[in-house]
Amino acid sequence: MRENQNQNQNQNQNQNQKRSEPLDIGLLGLLRWGWRQLTSMRTALILLMLLGVAAIPGSLFPQRNQNPQKVDSLFTTDPTLAKWMDRFHLFNVYASPWFSAIYLLLFISLIGCVLPRTFHHLKAIGKRPPLTPRNLNRMEGYRIVDSDRIVALGVAKKWLKRNRFRVRVERNSISAEKGYARESGNLLFHLSLILILIGVALGSLFGMKGEAIVNVGDRFINTPTSYDNITFGKFQGQGSLAPFSLTVTNFVATYDPTTSEPSNYVLTTKIANPIGTSSKQIVIRVNHPWTIGSTKVYLQANGYSPVVTVRDKAGNISFQGPVIFLPQDANLSSLGAIKVPDMTPQIGFIASFIPTAGSSVARGIFSTYPEVLDPRLVLSAWQGNLGLDSGTPQSVYSLDTSKMSKIGLKALTLGSTYDFGAGSITFDGWKSWVNLQIVDDPGKMYALYGALLAILGLLISLFTRQRRIWVKVGNDVEIAGLAKNGIPGLEEELTALTRALQDVQEINGNKGEST
Amino acid sequence: MTSTNLAYFSNGAIYASLVIFTIAFFAHAVEVSWSIKNVEVSDKTEFDFSKTERAGRIGTAMMILGFIVLGVAVLTRGLSAHRVPWGNMYEFSITGALMLTAAYLFAFAKYKVRWLGLPVSICVLLTLGTAITVLYRPSAPLVPALKSPWLAIHVLAAIISGGVFLVANLVAATFLLMERYELRGGRPQWAKRIPSLDTLDQLSYRLIAFVFPLWTFAIIAGAIWAESAWGKYWGWDPKETWAFITWVAYAAYLHARVTVGWRGRRAAWLCIFAGSTFLFNYVYINIWGTGLHTYSGL
Repeated sequence: MRENQNQNQNQNQNQNQKRSEPLDIGLLGLLRWGWRQLTSMRTALILLMLLGVAAIPGSLFPQRNQNPQKVDSLFTTDPTLAKWMDRFHLFNVYASPWFSAIYLLLFISLIGCVLPRTFHHLKAIGKRPPLTPRNLNRMEGYRIVDSDRIVALGVAKKWLKRNRFRVRVERNSISAEKGYARESGNLLFHLSLILILIGVALGSLFGMKGEAIVNVGDRFINTPTSYDNITFGKFQGQGSLAPFSLTVTNFVATYDPTTSEPSNYVLTTKIANPIGTSSKQIVIRVNHPWTIGSTKVYLQANGYSPVVTVRDKAGNISFQGPVIFLPQDANLSSLGAIKVPDMTPQIGFIASFIPTAGSSVARGIFSTYPEVLDPRLVLSAWQGNLGLDSGTPQSVYSLDTSKMSKIGLKALTLGSTYDFGAGSITFDGWKSWVNLQIVDDPGKMYALYGALLAILGLLISLFTRQRRIWVKVGNDVEIAGLAKNGIPGLEEELTALTRALQDVQEINGNKGEST
Repeated sequence: MTSTNLAYFSNGAIYASLVIFTIAFFAHAVEVSWSIKNVEVSDKTEFDFSKTERAGRIGTAMMILGFIVLGVAVLTRGLSAHRVPWGNMYEFSITGALMLTAAYLFAFAKYKVRWLGLPVSICVLLTLGTAITVLYRPSAPLVPALKSPWLAIHVLAAIISGGVFLVANLVAATFLLMERYELRGGRPQWAKRIPSLDTLDQLSYRLIAFVFPLWTFAIIAGAIWAESAWGKYWGWDPKETWAFITWVAYAAYLHARVTVGWRGRRAAWLCIFAGSTFLFNYVYINIWGTGLHTYSGL
């Protein structure tokens, strides 16, 4: 029927038909062809290299989950470029479809390559070494040994067994092989990589990660609403958080006086697990998280919350308490916003907290040391509408001054008060805050076991030499060998075997003389 | 000795090792260049290398002495701060130079590769020179994030791997140079004592096969440490990413060699490419990169 069609069609279409010929093998054939291509070593290698190349952009462009501020600033400085980069997921490379596609293909390719090899290898372990080749003189290290033809095979077998070769004895030859562990290690390594991927997948599907800033003295209860940000894995229910409460009782940061660099952070907490039971004192430090099941609580960052009291003209308190400020530099100059919605008109302050004040003409007031020794609270007061009712969520760390006007500027020392006309603000003190990171990763143990097994497999496969040795007795005693990948050391073994065979000859020769 | 004295002593030892490695460099350079000169004078086709044997021996002696003095410098640097000496890029660099020398001496003892002395001494001098002039920071205690036993394990594994990668790269580069000479009608006299192309090819493979598991371990140790310090065993931090890229490149090298059967020029280029991803990670990401591995002190 197709022939009939072809006759009616012109040359051009005929060529098209030819070009699409692979379709003739049918869908199943096409799938089989595709599978063979995908699981070939060549494809796996290309995918591996591609994965390396694909990882590069994520290290050069800012990533949303690592440096969101930098991504945002790129959107403001060059919106068109940023928009196009975003379209190609360049700000989220490691979760992008194209990156995922590469590693998923690689692992499918790996599984398709490794599983059949594993079955094949398991079968091969039970089997005997392959038959001795007919012409040994084509093999490596071929030599004719001056030995007794009658006992040679027995001696060779004994020597090979002593050196832990697998031996196959035929009528007039021996085929021996050693180093099966090379393939075992190789397969163990690749199977372990699959285990690592399973661990990573479990972690991202069933895990959770969140952060919360807590002032010293405050209590954190492990529910989703307590977090500043929290992300759950696809299959992780929100009700599955470990039911503990954590009270931050103390936080001490120590600094090196000459370099201002931090030397130690100690966070003391009281943890009740589950909530309501008697609490235990737990110390959390950097590198020493608190662990409960597969959940861990980390000390991630710290800063200062200045404590202020804002009074209206009549002297009634409109706002009182610590306000979390974000550190801006290594000496912990911190920036934040104090919002007083209960005054009319509303009052807001853009403020910076300086732990240890120094000043210069060029820089004004700045911090010279990260510990609080001589604190200042530098305020600019704004009056108007804070915009809290506008419906759009706003940051607690910055002030939306679009509907406000500036009414004053003041630097406060500890305990002093600034009267801004409509009221006053007093700088009462400060508290430290800590940023707790809480992570639940049920897959990490699998990843760890996978990693350790991978190293084990790698060591076994890279340091095992696989080789064969043959001994053949015909008119002469011949030996030869074959080392996989041309790894050296075979020559020494053949020499040792030769010596063993020659020794027999000498002993026999001596015997012959004595009788 | 007090901490400050120890730190000064360490600095002195660094300068001393710099002098010693310079002597080693000149000895190896004489060994190489004297051969050329002699050929012109005596006009022999087969060259007698025994005349430069003494310079070569001096070179080796100086490499060993330099290794010891530099080792003392690294040790006292650590003692002065009561910790392992891997807190900033200056300290990474001096330890890296030490490990490069160690890798060379190991290869020398096992494979008699004295011809590598010249490129190795140049690399050590460059590393130490950069460390002293650009990267130097006074000895100080560690920031809290680095206070972990994993610092010693993870960083040591990474530095040793780096040293061996660099030596493998030098061997691969030598291979390419020698191959070029041979394609153009033979090696010049000075290069005749350098082993055959086949040996060079095997040597760079063996170095990489030897150190690849260690590099894998360095990454895994880093992941275990990251899990306890940052709450995530893998976060695609730029340094992690490039460590992974290096790993992938060397994995590809091993596969290309063992399974596909790449030898010679293509393998050497792949080796050099893989090694340069490591150098890029060390230099570029440390100094200009962002991320959590920002301990270069710059």
